[in-house]
Amino acid sequence: MDWLFQQTINGLGLGAIYALIALGYTMVYGVLRFINFAHSDVLMLGAFSAYYIAPKIEKMCGNQSVLGCIMVSIIVAAICACIGMTIERLAYRPLRNRPKLTVLITAIGVSLLIQYTAQNEKVIGATQLPFPQLLPEKAFQFGKIVISSNDVLTICVTIVLLIVMWFIVQKTRVGTAMRAVSFNQQAALLMGVPVNRIISFTFGLGSALAAIAGILYAMKSPSIEPLMGTQPGLKAFIAAVLGGIGNLPGAVLGGVLLGMLDAFAGGIPGLSSYRDAIAFGILILILLLKPAGLLGRSTIEKV
Amino acid sequence: MLTVENLHVSYGAIKALHGISLKVPQGSIVTLIGANGAGKSTTLRALSGLVKSTGTVIYNGQDTSKLAPNQIVAQGLCHVPEGRMVFANLTVHENLQMGAYLQRDKHWIANQTEYVFGLFPRLKERENQAAGTLSGGEQQMLAIGRALLSKPKFLMLDEPSLGIAPLLVKAIFERIVEINREQGLTILLVEQNANLALDISSYAYVLESGKILLEGPSAELKVNPEVQAAYLGA
Repeated sequence: MDWLFQQTINGLGLGAIYALIALGYTMVYGVLRFINFAHSDVLMLGAFSAYYIAPKIEKMCGNQSVLGCIMVSIIVAAICACIGMTIERLAYRPLRNRPKLTVLITAIGVSLLIQYTAQNEKVIGATQLPFPQLLPEKAFQFGKIVISSNDVLTICVTIVLLIVMWFIVQKTRVGTAMRAVSFNQQAALLMGVPVNRIISFTFGLGSALAAIAGILYAMKSPSIEPLMGTQPGLKAFIAAVLGGIGNLPGAVLGGVLLGMLDAFAGGIPGLSSYRDAIAFGILILILLLKPAGLLGRSTIEKV
Repeated sequence: MLTVENLHVSYGAIKALHGISLKVPQGSIVTLIGANGAGKSTTLRALSGLVKSTGTVIYNGQDTSKLAPNQIVAQGLCHVPEGRMVFANLTVHENLQMGAYLQRDKHWIANQTEYVFGLFPRLKERENQAAGTLSGGEQQMLAIGRALLSKPKFLMLDEPSLGIAPLLVKAIFERIVEINREQGLTILLVEQNANLALDISSYAYVLESGKILLEGPSAELKVNPEVQAAYLGA
């Protein structure tokens, strides 16, 4: 029973991060109908931005201060939003009217470009760097169950961001425009909606979430390196497909489920090395049995 | 109000329009009739900036042929596209909000929304329903209502009767005439149902294979034997 509860907490902590990343995949898919494979590298760049910025902020706000941590997060989110919008502007927008496969391959290219540029010794280098402790880490003990303050933080931050996201998408003008563009770009153009700006905004929003996810992910793992985005990126991609690509609540559900799966498989000795295989197995099963995902609906257009 | 001269459009190697010229005077209803594939929708798409074209388009004394779609809408030249293209994933209310995307005056938006609900009470009943759950006719009402919230001076309607129950078609066409009279809107109507279109318009153009074949006052075209044979099923 304790074991079950412990893994659930671990799974939620990890799943919350997957959910944040998956939202970025699913939002971009929603407006442009392609998978932005460079998304996981934006996460990596977020972690590295935090690595370089944190010492400077800590000089101003004191070591491991809450204010400093919030400031680092906001600055890094802004940096990554700009990176995401730049990628869209330079790599994807010129291909807007080309077949989706062209854009997809370009996305893989952008991802590799970022990863290997970052691995260059003159840029970041391929060595592992220790990620700074932005906040003091505590462990709360309840009987045999240990809850890390990082997991609590991750879950709380994710819940707050999800509420903010829900509000933006469902209740604001720009969010309504995002949904309109996702349904029919031409019709949105005819309403005077600046489609390019809305798409840019979507990339910015998704990349900002990836940045926060990058910080949270780096806080959990002891070190960061230029390929660190790949693993959580792939898991979050599976999560987005599992929940129903293009569907925001689906991305969150998929993220949590996948985090749970990672935690439970990781907690069983013989199974832990198979947890990636299980995750990809689930991706294949979903694509075979329910391609629209758990919450996705295949829509029918009335004529 | 709108003068089009020598409008050409190509889709890749295929020429869709071979130099169309037409005039729509302020406050009138002008119709463009013709068979499937004649270039009716392409003409409207060129005028609203959705497809690239060459030639001159003078709207309200201004050349709009090089403007982007959102700039053209901002000038009050609004297009209700073929197949309605309502945002099925948005509620009726949100669809109308999107129509008013460029409008800043909240008071005007509220008044105009009431006007649209007055025209089409069905929309009021279904205000918070997803547009995808509406019937075809109701979606057409929403598409027209949404365009009215873009503060149009000139409305282009593409096949408003397509795939809609006959009873609703009649209601929608009555509303189109009403909008033309009450809001002083100039209307360019594209229709396959030539009978209906000629009844409510004052002037008509007949389009065939990307060219204007015939033009004249609607009442005259309606009794023209050539038009009757080809388009009115007489």
